Amino acid sequence: MSDMASAAQSKEIASRLALKVRANEPASTAPAKETAVRFEISNLDFFYGQKQAVYGLNLKIPKNKVTALIGPSGCGKSTFLRTLNRMNEMFHNTRVVGQILLDGQDILQMDVVKLRRRVGMVFQRPNPFPKSIYDNVAYGLRINGYKGRLDDLVEHSLRRAALWEEVKDYLQKSAFALSGGQQQRLCIARALAVDPEVLLLDEPCSALDPVTTAKIEELMFHLKDSCTMAIVTHNMQQAARASDYTAFMLDGKLIEHSETPRLFTTPTDARTEAYITGRFG
Amino acid sequence: MSQMMEDMRLRWRKSLNIVMLTLTGVAAFAVVSVLFLILGYLIYNGGKSLNWDFFTKLPKPVGETGGGMANAIVGSLKLLFLAAIMGLPVGLLAGVYLAEFGGKTFSFVTRYTTDLLNGVPSIVMGIFAYALVVLPVKHFSTLAGGVALAIMVIPITVRSTEEFLRAIPGNMREGAMALGASKWKTIATVILPAASGGIMTGMLLSLARVAGETAPLLFTAFSNRYWSSGWEQPIASLPVMIYTYAIAPYDDWHRQAWAAGLVLLGLVLLANLGCRLVLNRRGAYRGV
Repeated sequence: MSDMASAAQSKEIASRLALKVRANEPASTAPAKETAVRFEISNLDFFYGQKQAVYGLNLKIPKNKVTALIGPSGCGKSTFLRTLNRMNEMFHNTRVVGQILLDGQDILQMDVVKLRRRVGMVFQRPNPFPKSIYDNVAYGLRINGYKGRLDDLVEHSLRRAALWEEVKDYLQKSAFALSGGQQQRLCIARALAVDPEVLLLDEPCSALDPVTTAKIEELMFHLKDSCTMAIVTHNMQQAARASDYTAFMLDGKLIEHSETPRLFTTPTDARTEAYITGRFG
Repeated sequence: MSQMMEDMRLRWRKSLNIVMLTLTGVAAFAVVSVLFLILGYLIYNGGKSLNWDFFTKLPKPVGETGGGMANAIVGSLKLLFLAAIMGLPVGLLAGVYLAEFGGKTFSFVTRYTTDLLNGVPSIVMGIFAYALVVLPVKHFSTLAGGVALAIMVIPITVRSTEEFLRAIPGNMREGAMALGASKWKTIATVILPAASGGIMTGMLLSLARVAGETAPLLFTAFSNRYWSSGWEQPIASLPVMIYTYAIAPYDDWHRQAWAAGLVLLGLVLLANLGCRLVLNRRGAYRGV
C-alpha cells in the first residue's frame, strides 16, 4: 500500500515540477521531436589495451527519449555508455575508434569538461560527496565557475529529482544521512544542476529497493521533457517499463535496436528473443 | 569408531580454540600493562618534580637547585613548527602524487625510497642535517634542528597520506569527474576533504613521533641554557634536556628530567586531543 501511496506522491510532485519545466515547450512540438537525434554513433570500436570490448557499433539515440541498453553481464553496455561522456578515459590504455556525434559535433574533438557538462552521469551505487546536501547539488555549478544565485538552482534541481520535499529542511545536513534511494536521487539532482542535455544512467536502481526504483522510473518519465536519457539495466521489466527504445547488446556487438514494445514483443533476432525470455544471461 | 573420532576431533578443536584465545589475550594484556607501567612511572616521578617554576623559569647554573625549562618547552614548539611547515607540505603533496597521479616505475621508486627513509636511524638524519645546514654556516641553529626533524616527518606523512587517499572509494572520483571536474579539482574539492581526517591524524602522529627525537637534535639545534636569540642560533629542546639532565650526576637534575618527560608526553597528548576535537566537529559530513 505504501508503495502505491509513495508512487502517487512522487508522481504528484514530479508532475508539478514538470509543469514548471515544460511551460515554455508547447505540446504540439512533440511529434517533431520524434525523429530528432541527440547522439549518433557510427562504427564504434572500443579497446581496453589489446582487448576489444565494443565492435562496430552503430546507434542513434533519439532526443527527449529514454533509450535502454540491455544485455548479459560483460556485453560491453556499460563500457559503451561510458564512451558517451568519455568516462573511460579515466582508465589507462583505452582506445576509441569510430565516431560519436552529439548534436552533430564530434565528442572526441570536444573539450571533455564541456562534454561532461552537457552529458551528465548517474552511477550504479549512489556516490554523494562527503559534503552537505546543498553543497552536493551546488558542486557542479561551483566547479564550473557559476557565479549567480545558487539557492534557486539547488532548489530547482532537487525538485526535478523529486527530492526537494524530503530534504528542504535539512539542506545543510550531510548527504550520508540520507537513505540509499534518497542518495541516488541526490546524485541525479547533482547531475541535473548543470542542466545537461543528456543523462547517462548506469544501472541506477541496482542497489535500490522496488519502491525507490519506482520513484526513479517515475522521475525519468518526467525528465524526458528536458533531457535525453540512456540507461543501462539488468532488469528487463525496468527496460520495458521505463524506456522508449531498447538496444540489445551481446559480446560487444549491438544485436537489435528498436522501439521498446516492439523489441519485447516481436524481436527480430533469435538471440534477442532468447535473452528477453530468460534463456541465457 | 568414526563417531568417537568425530568427538575427539571436536574436543581437540575446542581446546585449541581456548588455548589460542588465552595466548592472544595474554599478549594483549602484556602490551597494555607495559604501556601503563611506563605511563604510571612517568607520572609518578615527573608529577613529584613538576611545579610552576618548571614552566616559567630558565635552568639554574650548575650547583644551584630549582629553576625550570621554559626555554626548552618553547624550543621544542619552535622546532616542531619548523618541521611542520617544511615537512608536512612536501609529505602531503608526495602522498597525493603516489595515490592519484603516480605511474609505475617512478611511483615504485618513490614508495621504496620513502620506506627506506623511514627506517634510517634518526642519528643519521642528524648527521645529514649537520652536513647540510650546520657545516656551511659553522654553527648550530634552530633551523638545522628543524630541517633534521622535517626530513623525518616527510616519509611518515607520505605513506599515511597515500593510504588514506587510497581508502576513498573510486566512485567518488567518478562522480566528480562526470560533473566536469578536472583531476586536480576532483582531488582538491572531493578526495582530499573526504580523507582530511585521516591525513591530519597521520600528520599529527608524525609530529608526535619527532617531538621525542633526541639524536637528530644533538648536533643540529644543539642546546641552550638561555632563551634562543633567533632561528640561526642554537636552541634548547625537551628531549635533549632530558638526555643532558638524566645523565648528569645531580639528583635535582634527575627530577627535572622526569618532569620534562611528563611535559613532553602531555604536549603530544594535548595536540592529539585537540586535533581529534576539531576533526570530530568537522567530521559530521564524513558519514563515519
